Amino acid sequence: MTALNAARVREDFPILRRLVRGRPLVYLDNAATTQKPRAVIDALVDFYERHNANVHRGVHTLSEEATNMVEASRRKTAAFIGAARPETVIFTRNATESINLVAHAWGRKFLKAGDEIALTEMEHHSNMVPWQMLARERGVSLRFAPVEPDGTLDMGKFRATLGPKTKLVAFTAVSNALGTVNPVADMIGAAKAVGANVLVDACQWAPHRALDVSSWGADFVAFSAHKMLGPTGIGVLWARAEILDAMDPFLGGGDMISRVTLDGATWNELPYKFEAGTPNIADAVAFGPALDYLSALGLDAVRAHEEALAARAVAMLEAEPAVRVLGPREPARRSGVVSFNIAGLHPHDVGTTFDLEGVAVRVGHHCCQPLMSKLQCGGTARASFYVYNDESDVDALGRALRRTLDFFKIATKAGVR
Amino acid sequence: MEGDAELQDLYREVLLDYFRSTTRKGRLEPADVRAHGINPVCGDEIEITARREGGGLAILRYAGHGCVISQASAAMMGEALEGKSEERVRELVKAFKAMMLENAPVSSLPPELEALSALEGVRKFPLRVKCATLAWNTVAQGLSAAAGAER
Repeated sequence: MTALNAARVREDFPILRRLVRGRPLVYLDNAATTQKPRAVIDALVDFYERHNANVHRGVHTLSEEATNMVEASRRKTAAFIGAARPETVIFTRNATESINLVAHAWGRKFLKAGDEIALTEMEHHSNMVPWQMLARERGVSLRFAPVEPDGTLDMGKFRATLGPKTKLVAFTAVSNALGTVNPVADMIGAAKAVGANVLVDACQWAPHRALDVSSWGADFVAFSAHKMLGPTGIGVLWARAEILDAMDPFLGGGDMISRVTLDGATWNELPYKFEAGTPNIADAVAFGPALDYLSALGLDAVRAHEEALAARAVAMLEAEPAVRVLGPREPARRSGVVSFNIAGLHPHDVGTTFDLEGVAVRVGHHCCQPLMSKLQCGGTARASFYVYNDESDVDALGRALRRTLDFFKIATKAGVR
Repeated sequence: MEGDAELQDLYREVLLDYFRSTTRKGRLEPADVRAHGINPVCGDEIEITARREGGGLAILRYAGHGCVISQASAAMMGEALEGKSEERVRELVKAFKAMMLENAPVSSLPPELEALSALEGVRKFPLRVKCATLAWNTVAQGLSAAAGAER
């Protein structure tokens, strides 16, 4: 494994040259969305300048080029996640839409009153609300595996939420709010042991760790391109071909049909059955270079780089007595996400004072209000690292922290000021 | 910290004093006006309870957790609105929101809202304006609901 050279990586990201409030941008909000390398930006411009046409329709040259470019991105995505068949990669708008697609097209067809869906308390709202809506509509019950105070799951308690009525287990591979890396393979194994289908929210896994859907053995895997150097507006749903075949379409319209008469329609083959209407062509095309970029860095190097930065940030933050870092104690169970609170200070005030230092962190509930309630905090400040971050960014985080502590006159390790 | 002019402009000393003040924190039982507000940006919640007397707000309390901006704004609001007629309360809510949302000059604030000029610096942080207006929207909503219940 070649170690990641962040200094070289940074040169590929034009946005990192800009100033924020007069200071160089220190972008630590990567769990929300990542910045884009030049190659992705160029691919978008190149598509609109040279190839723009609708896909799967015309027989003219541009339409053929556009179609081939989208399909090349699909094959690239399949290879990136270890999917043997490219047609099992469905392009959506984002992971939220991917999960809603499953709730509508699979859930409404196959779940009935009395069935159970098992989730965890650490789910993002996007992997909670669609199931709540389905549960209300179909009389399905939701069960939640509890989160321990350190932000991890207890496998015994997780297993206890599963049973003969469990038809679906949907969980996040990595917590966006706390950085907890879940034991995905064990969880899938436990779900399969009770005969349930499994959906893995891989939004915080796919950008940071090697992903192999065929070895996971899940039924559905969802993630978003924009969290992995790609454009906004492209999400992925991967699912087993047999389950996709058995499902009804999600949206009706053009592209998803095989034949339409006034009386009805038959469905197109995979993946088009689930891609109604003109898709987000340019962004699907520009997702390709993002995957190439990550593959060239190597996902193992990406992961090691982020873990080292996160460990450094945790050590720096914990040296201040007023700071409480949330999430797993064991570094091996944490991704490049570091969530923390400063005693006596609201996360919003932390976010604003950090912004004055040019440091972009996310503050608030991170779309995980049930998790925040469980941990008895209204929210946190969250720094999340990616390929272009380096040690100087952790140092900037430290400067912003000390400035905040000083200004609000909070006791620091250097004594009460 | 001396010299941190940027932070001092946003978090003026008077705001920090109101933020730490507990004078109007709490919940009235019973209450004539009761309203619950949520800032969807951060999920912060505020509960405002008030008692009416002679067509005005006699006493007002706010409960919940929030940032310096939202808590200081709620504390200053309580101080400004207590003892005012409901008609005047509505005018003051309108005047405060005009300053925060429409950039109305601070000099146009009614005398009762003089202290609120300390929130002027928040206007440079558009995402934080909702923190400042949360308590005000909530009290307006509580008054409307109380008026509706009487009809």
